[in-house]
Amino acid sequence: MFYREVGEFKTSYRSDQQTFPIALDRTGFIVSLIFAFIIIPLTMSEYWAQAVFLPFLIFGIAAIGLNILTGYCGQVSLGSGGFMAVGAYSCYKLMTAFPDMNIVICILLSGGVTAFVGLLFGLPSLRIKGFYLAVATLAAQFFLVWMFNKVGWFYNYSASGQITAPEREIFGFIVTGAKAETLPVYYVCLVLLVILAVVARNLTRGAFGRKWMAIRDMDIAAEIIGVNPLMAKLTAFAISSFYVGISGALLFALYLGAVEVGEAFSIQKSFLILFMIIIGGLGSIFGSLIGAAFMIGMPVLLKNLLVSNLGWPGDIAAHLEFMIVGLMIVIFLILEPHGLAMLWRIVKEKLRIWPFAH
Amino acid sequence: MKLKHALIAAFTGVCVATPVLADLVFPALTYRTGAYAVSGIPQADGYSDYFTMLNERDGGIGGVPIKVVECETQYNTEKGVECYEKTKGLGALVYQPMSTGITYQLIPKASADGIPIHSMGYGRTSAANGKVFPYVFNYPANYWNGASAVVNHILELNNGNIKGKKIALVYHNSGYGKEPIRTLEELAKKHGFELSLLPVDHPGQEQKSQWLQIRRERPDYVTMWGWGVMNQVAIQEAANIRFPMEKFIGIWWSGSENDVIPAGDAADGYKALALHAPGMDFPLFDDMKKHVYDKGKAAGAGDQIGTILYNRGMFQAILAAEAVKVAQKMSGKKDIGPAEMRVGMENLKVDQAMFSSLGLPNFAPNLEVSCENHGGAGLVAVQQWNASAKTWSLVSDFKPTDKDVINQLIAEDSSAYAKENNITPKCM
Repeated sequence: MFYREVGEFKTSYRSDQQTFPIALDRTGFIVSLIFAFIIIPLTMSEYWAQAVFLPFLIFGIAAIGLNILTGYCGQVSLGSGGFMAVGAYSCYKLMTAFPDMNIVICILLSGGVTAFVGLLFGLPSLRIKGFYLAVATLAAQFFLVWMFNKVGWFYNYSASGQITAPEREIFGFIVTGAKAETLPVYYVCLVLLVILAVVARNLTRGAFGRKWMAIRDMDIAAEIIGVNPLMAKLTAFAISSFYVGISGALLFALYLGAVEVGEAFSIQKSFLILFMIIIGGLGSIFGSLIGAAFMIGMPVLLKNLLVSNLGWPGDIAAHLEFMIVGLMIVIFLILEPHGLAMLWRIVKEKLRIWPFAH
Repeated sequence: MKLKHALIAAFTGVCVATPVLADLVFPALTYRTGAYAVSGIPQADGYSDYFTMLNERDGGIGGVPIKVVECETQYNTEKGVECYEKTKGLGALVYQPMSTGITYQLIPKASADGIPIHSMGYGRTSAANGKVFPYVFNYPANYWNGASAVVNHILELNNGNIKGKKIALVYHNSGYGKEPIRTLEELAKKHGFELSLLPVDHPGQEQKSQWLQIRRERPDYVTMWGWGVMNQVAIQEAANIRFPMEKFIGIWWSGSENDVIPAGDAADGYKALALHAPGMDFPLFDDMKKHVYDKGKAAGAGDQIGTILYNRGMFQAILAAEAVKVAQKMSGKKDIGPAEMRVGMENLKVDQAMFSSLGLPNFAPNLEVSCENHGGAGLVAVQQWNASAKTWSLVSDFKPTDKDVINQLIAEDSSAYAKENNITPKCM
């Protein structure tokens, strides 16, 4: 009744092809942007920013990145943690080597470095597929973490092997280092997420995305109709790694401040991001974001509910949290194997014809 | 839309941060789950049991009740930061992160928030320089004291000459395990021994290749910087290759009952460093029994009482409580805040008379903290495991470590940190 395209007449190709063809969707998008840019920053507490919103924004970028590779191009990757580490360490090297460089430029450049590394590790994808490619990317994960642990140059030979973000500011607001304020950090992450999400959305709608999806659905057929698999797969690897690298740089510089590669970018991170896109929905930008929100928000919510509200001991709650999150993943996958994004799509389909289904 | 979801979630979950006033709040970042729980549980139990005892026996410290807020970190830095953010608004007096990784993470945050950190025997070693790290304390001893104590012990066994000997360091491949490397390298130069480094990746269950290498290289001594499940696996592996246990010396974090018992009799003779005496032969445990254990108020399952790490947790609580007393005396008010706590910690002096009055005669060496020295005296003893009696016993006194080497390294590292972060070293 409310959510429908009836009565909306498109008079140009431009308006017909827009991201949100239905007016209510457009309003919803603008409202959520207003929410994200104005209402949340005004109301959020330091704790919620640090525990939920910042990690959500940062992992949202990584999830979009992995979704480009796995969801759109069909190349399974377990190396996201390693690529995030590349982003973090190149950001650190850039920040310390060029102290005057703007932090946003540092972050974007470290995305570029990661894109190059991703390109290298994407080369095997031309020969191997499926599980075998997953194993090859797993090798990337372990090799990169080992390298950042082993080679002192990457962490400037610090005694503990940790990298620590020096202080940097944007428009006079400190965003990295000890004195960083939460709000500017939030805005930097949010702006980057919004821009990157819009870019990803348009990439996947355009020629690039169509080529990726053709490769994903059937690579031989795609090749026959003229898609160059080399280009398609390597661009997917490069762009995906660019996103993941930016996310790693943000996680290190803006969120954690100090990073220990074996812990912060372990294989668990790769799985976390993979779970995000599987739960959220493969091949959907919106799905990446709800997947990230689910995987980040759920444990924190459960912890608060069980420990703070019900007063359970922390260890029992922690064990239970594993079980509940695991159970919910299984339930979600049984009820909707295509992720939360598909659920959302079905709801929208139903809404279009509601209340007169016939 | 997605943020709406998150926000609704946020509001339904807003339930934290109800500030408790007029209490002395001690957040305890514990880990009772995960690969490090075996080490985390006894420490967490000891820490909270001592405070429970003070509440029951004395009604707190100086009449102000104590509140211990536990937060589960799983020894994970990101969860540790979340716990810090969650508890700092409750009026936290001092943070004991119980993890070197989390300590590194919290040093800048807590310094900006003005809350002291006590990383007792772990954390960033160069924080011993209180002029650069006014809010961070790591007394009574740090990793570099530990590294030097290991070498001193080996020197003693070899009548002062270890030229050409081989020492292997088996370490947790993290900031924690890497801390001693620089000192050991300096000491290797000074004493002429050969150092080989064997990193073990998190969580430390897989050490076959490292011990194979030890079997091949046959080092004269092995020292270990391990934690959690890694300790017991290493001791088991050492037993498997029949490495002589009395030549295997762990840091004070690798010497608890839980680490040696799984290896059974094979662990007999294993050595570890010690910051305090083992066992329960102290009058304090009578009070603990009367006011805590018998009333059923012991933290956790209550099965860790009297173990090395339990005593360590208690020691942490004791030093915190003594610092509160100093702070109360100096500031003249009972309900102190983190700023007063910092002053109290910086002026903390504990001597044998005090240990006796606490019911812990000869428990640990004297301790004196000052602005220049947040690391204490750095006196370290060696303890040895007796597998048949299932007891640890001290086999040496609390001895000083190589100050020349360590102090120079601390000055170097802390001034590098000061330069990186634009800190002018000064006493607050």
